Amino acid sequence: MKYIEPHAHMVSRTTDDYLKLALAGCEILCEPAFWAGFDRSSAQGFFDYFRQLTDYEPKRAERFGIKHYCWLCINPKEADDPVFAREVMSLIPEFLEKKSVLGIGEIGLNKNTRNERIIFEEHVQIALEHDLPILIHTPHLEDKKKGTRMILDALANFSRLNREKVIIDHVEEHTAALVLDQGYWAGMTLYPESKCTPNRAIDMLETLGTERLWLNSACDWGVSDPMAVPKCALEMKRREHSAEFIEKVIYHNPAKFLAQAKNFQL
Amino acid sequence: MPDKKKIADLHFMNARCQLIDLAAFFDRMDRHGGPDDYRDLALRAAVPILLEKRPDRAKAVLDLLSDDSTELLDSAPFQGAFGAPLPQQGGAR
Repeated sequence: MKYIEPHAHMVSRTTDDYLKLALAGCEILCEPAFWAGFDRSSAQGFFDYFRQLTDYEPKRAERFGIKHYCWLCINPKEADDPVFAREVMSLIPEFLEKKSVLGIGEIGLNKNTRNERIIFEEHVQIALEHDLPILIHTPHLEDKKKGTRMILDALANFSRLNREKVIIDHVEEHTAALVLDQGYWAGMTLYPESKCTPNRAIDMLETLGTERLWLNSACDWGVSDPMAVPKCALEMKRREHSAEFIEKVIYHNPAKFLAQAKNFQL
Repeated sequence: MPDKKKIADLHFMNARCQLIDLAAFFDRMDRHGGPDDYRDLALRAAVPILLEKRPDRAKAVLDLLSDDSTELLDSAPFQGAFGAPLPQQGGAR
């Protein structure tokens, strides 16, 4: 079984995890820029992080036959200070020249503040100026529904935006239809506790269909599982879904969305 | 599509385990002192949804555990989230 892991934070994971991913059939892995678990004290910290994402991680993944791509931004958790956020964002154009950069992400909202929204909109503008796809993080737990609605409202103001080039991630049962109904892609994140379990994600695939949906582990420094996607594929098989159904969800769907990025190659 | 028996064969034991764990959590909260906790109250408020005849109970529970306000905040009061809206966001008291 081959699959694409479209959202994983490998800077937080061990090399052993790359081995496990490769053994499970992962051929391509995409890493959005995110919050490292602590606030960085300077834009230079992000410069080094962007170097890690664009230079070091592709080499580490390549040792296991996995193609590594990344997305760049300042994540919403560190975007509540617009002066600092803009300093980091000024670094992005230089890194867009790198051959493994897919687009802008994971941008979005965290606590649904005015400044988070301003910086989110400025990131969208960068993506439009460079004709890049966008990967959007939606807030956690009780903040998710409100944040998802606010993100959709903000995106609606960009008349030039091609909604098929935008994926809104971490959807759950109360936000998935909101996203899909407006023509965007939706990502379901498989977490042990705080997002979707594999069976809930499969329930959504059964009720919403498989168009414009992908699965990811979003594995990072927290309680998360880099094997979540292949485990969900196994659960789909136990629930009598066909090999074609499973391959569409874990390979062809992410490939279709990611193919809109100029640098992406299967 | 598998029938009800197949789904129960696959998932009943896990659901049973989670239901008993929830019951034990309520017992545990009741045994311990201190003021009521908004998260515990939010879970108890969601329990009746489980017995409603509807196709979207998971969505309804998530809706109940969501901040329903519509205003942007002036600044982030903290970075994390707790799983149920705070009382000042309209959560359970």
